[in-house]
Amino acid sequence: MAEKIATRESYGNGLVELGAKYPEIVVLDADLAESTKTVYFKKAYPDRFFDCGIAEQNMVAVAAGLATCGKIPFCSSFAMFASGRAFDQVRNAVAYPKLNVKICATHAGITVGEDGATHQCLEDMGIMRTIPNMVVLNPGDDVEAKAALRAAAEHKGPVYMRFGRAPVPVLFDAATFKFEIGKGQILAEGSDVTIVATGILLEAALAAKELLANEGISAEVIDICTIKPIDRDLLLASAAKTGAVVTAEEHNIIGGLGSAVAEVLCEGLPVPMRRVGVEDQFGRSGKVPALLEFYGLTAENIVRKAKEAVTMKK
Amino acid sequence: MDSIKLLELKKTAVNVRKWALTAVYKAQSGHPGGSLSLADIITYLYFAEMNIDPKNPTDPMRDRFVLSKGHCSPAYYAALGLRGYFDVKGIETFRQIDSIFQGHPDMKGVPGVDMSTGSLGMGISAACGMALAGRGKYRVYTVLGDGECQEGSVWEAAMLAAHYKLDNLVAMIDFNGLQIGGNITDVMNPTPFDKKFEAFGWHAIVIDGHDFEQIEAALNEARTVKGQPTVIICKTAKGKGVSYMENNYKWHGNAPKPEQYEQAMNELNAWEVSLNG
Repeated sequence: MAEKIATRESYGNGLVELGAKYPEIVVLDADLAESTKTVYFKKAYPDRFFDCGIAEQNMVAVAAGLATCGKIPFCSSFAMFASGRAFDQVRNAVAYPKLNVKICATHAGITVGEDGATHQCLEDMGIMRTIPNMVVLNPGDDVEAKAALRAAAEHKGPVYMRFGRAPVPVLFDAATFKFEIGKGQILAEGSDVTIVATGILLEAALAAKELLANEGISAEVIDICTIKPIDRDLLLASAAKTGAVVTAEEHNIIGGLGSAVAEVLCEGLPVPMRRVGVEDQFGRSGKVPALLEFYGLTAENIVRKAKEAVTMKK
Repeated sequence: MDSIKLLELKKTAVNVRKWALTAVYKAQSGHPGGSLSLADIITYLYFAEMNIDPKNPTDPMRDRFVLSKGHCSPAYYAALGLRGYFDVKGIETFRQIDSIFQGHPDMKGVPGVDMSTGSLGMGISAACGMALAGRGKYRVYTVLGDGECQEGSVWEAAMLAAHYKLDNLVAMIDFNGLQIGGNITDVMNPTPFDKKFEAFGWHAIVIDGHDFEQIEAALNEARTVKGQPTVIICKTAKGKGVSYMENNYKWHGNAPKPEQYEQAMNELNAWEVSLNG
């Protein structure tokens, strides 16, 4: 059994490492430091941590002001409030002037669990993806989360990053893992169908590949961490090879990875396509495994959709 | 204040008004009423108060300004142009497709603009961020509209500024009493400003926002306040200086027609002449 680490832990730990390298980094939170794990940075660099209280709108525009003065603010809250409550500030105070602010949202998606629909943001990637100048990153494990975080710190401009609450398996090897904003990667080669997965659905996508292999279907698995700018070349090349695509994400199927991939394929190389994600519904309270099952964010559902896409090729 | 400085400020403020109105007139679009109420405040800040250098607009140690009521960009652009950040004549292109002078201030386009604003309620937050970054190094000024204070995020910022004891931050409220929909007290009463800000932990001063000596005294007082931010509630008249615009909310966001523009410029020219005595 692989070691499991929540990507919010990766964020918290990664921030402390970055804090040593970049003295300009400051961290803002909205009374959730214990949950978002910015508390580690707070302990390491108390003079560079600003709790803004339960006031996400103000926090984001304060971060914008800090960025105009040369700081590199990372501001954190739950994805619901970072992308929803503070949307106007993210758009107008951060993205429009292209300020060097990193919006680092934790507790994204239904794996928030028992807190239920009001705290399970399934729209954030869609919301953030529509904002010009914004980079959107959705890492899937501890190694990718830390690598993406380092890339975000080096990137000059606004970044929205999405982290999860629930522990997830460590899939990558930190010693060999390479990350570049805007680049996806092929995790497994295949010839019959491409599974494009992001975030915590990577594990299910890899499991789906094994299940499909048992049925004689060869699936290629692509990891897309950068939702925007999306790796158009990689997607088109894989679609050309396999002729069918399935996306998998912990997000509404409207607006997120599925939509982004559909946009690329419709304009570049229309092939049969299916989307796995939350099908335009709100979340609900429950244990994480039960929620993933309830909303079909499983290897079995990816297999089902993959077969539909393959059938459509004929 | 010595009489020469006072006369120069008064003349500059009339010129700010003339250029602001000209920008709105040329664009046939924009916000003249609040630009005219803001004119004396912005003039004092840029010509007497702030530690700035138009030749070095990105100096990291400069004082910062955020026009939280971004729709009053015509007066802001006029003040920056007259101060030497760019040729003021450029603002005749205000709101045109190929202009740097966007409807609301764009820090990426206009030299001297420290923060892009326009969506109400967030400029004061950005000013708080600047003040956090600049503690012990520089001062930060922001001007809010009175109607803008209906935005809840203004009070989130008010809490934060007091919590972090941002005594290098001064917020000035252009209290002209009118917003796009009428009297602020009829639309949604945000007053009393002084008691509210005091309750949030600020030092509050109430002045006549068209009296340079009162503006100077208040800003000097703000420099002596330690451990808390200062709010200066500037009582002003919307449309100040143009008779038919004064205290008429209909001039919040409408451009004058040719004969109205001519009358306005005549009145402002006459005001300027009267200053020369």
